[in-house]
Amino acid sequence: MLTQEDIYRKVSNTLVEALNVDEDEIKPEATLQGDLGAESIDFLDIVFRLEREFGIKIPRGELFPESIFQGDPEMVQNGKVTDKGMAELRAKMPFADLSKFEQSRELSQISDLFTVDLITRYVQGKLAANNGVKN
Amino acid sequence: MRWIWIDRFLEFRRGELARSVKQLSLAEDLFEYHFPEYPVMPASLLLEGLAQTGGILVGEVNDFREKVVLAKITKACFTREALAGEAVIFETTVQYVRPEGACVVGRVLIDDAVIGEAEITFAHLDQSRSQQVFGDRNFVFSGELRTLLESVRKD
Repeated sequence: MLTQEDIYRKVSNTLVEALNVDEDEIKPEATLQGDLGAESIDFLDIVFRLEREFGIKIPRGELFPESIFQGDPEMVQNGKVTDKGMAELRAKMPFADLSKFEQSRELSQISDLFTVDLITRYVQGKLAANNGVKN
Repeated sequence: MRWIWIDRFLEFRRGELARSVKQLSLAEDLFEYHFPEYPVMPASLLLEGLAQTGGILVGEVNDFREKVVLAKITKACFTREALAGEAVIFETTVQYVRPEGACVVGRVLIDDAVIGEAEITFAHLDQSRSQQVFGDRNFVFSGELRTLLESVRKD
C-alpha cells in the first residue's frame, strides 16, 4: 500500500518527465499551468503517465474536466461561479481543495485549482477505491 | 520541396507498430545547404520522418477519421548524424490511442544500429472546431501519406 508520501513522490516524477521541469520546481501548491507551464496537450500526457505509473484507469474528463459549466449562466455570472456552479464543481472534482477558490470564485482562476497536490489527492482516491473493490 | 520524409513502409501492424524507410540521396535539395561538402540530414527532419510514420500508424487506428497532428515531442536524442547515401529506418510503437490523442515511441536506425529515439504525442483536432476552421476534409491524411500506406497494404 502506497503512503501519501510515496504517491506524491511518484506524481512528482511523472510531472518532471511529462513537463520537462526541474524536480525542485515541483511543490504541492505548484499550479500545472501557471507554475509548471503545462499546456492542454500535456494533460493527455500526464493522464497516460499516471495510468502507467499507478496501474489505474482514468476516464476522459475525470481528472481534467473539459468543460465544467458548459457556458451555463446559472453556474457563472459576471465571471464568478455561482452556488450552483460551486455545487457542480464539488460534484465533478471531489478531490479538489476548493477552500481558497471559494473566497474569490473568479472563473479566470479556475486553472489554479490544478496543482500537484490535487493530482496527488486524485490518485490517492483512485487507489483507495481500487483497494476497496479488491477487498 | 515535397513534405514527405518517408519513402515506403516496410512493416505495418495495425495499432501496434510501423516501420518505414527513407533513402537519403545526395541529389536531394536540402543537402545543398545542409551542409555544403558535409551532407547531413537535419535531426528535425528525422523527427518529422518518425512523426509521419507514427502519425499514419495512429491515424489508421480510426480509419483516418481523426485529424492527427503532432502536438508534442516529450524527449528526443540522437547519438550520431545521418548522412547522404544512408538508408534510415523509422520505427514507431504505439503507447496509447485515446479519443483526445495518442502517443508513440520511435527509434531511428541505420544499418540496424539505433541512432535516435523520441517520444511523440499527437492530438486529435477537436472535430467540431476543426470542421468550422477546415471543413470536413481530412487535410492531414490526404494525398501522399495515404498513398504510402496503400502501398504497404498491397504488399
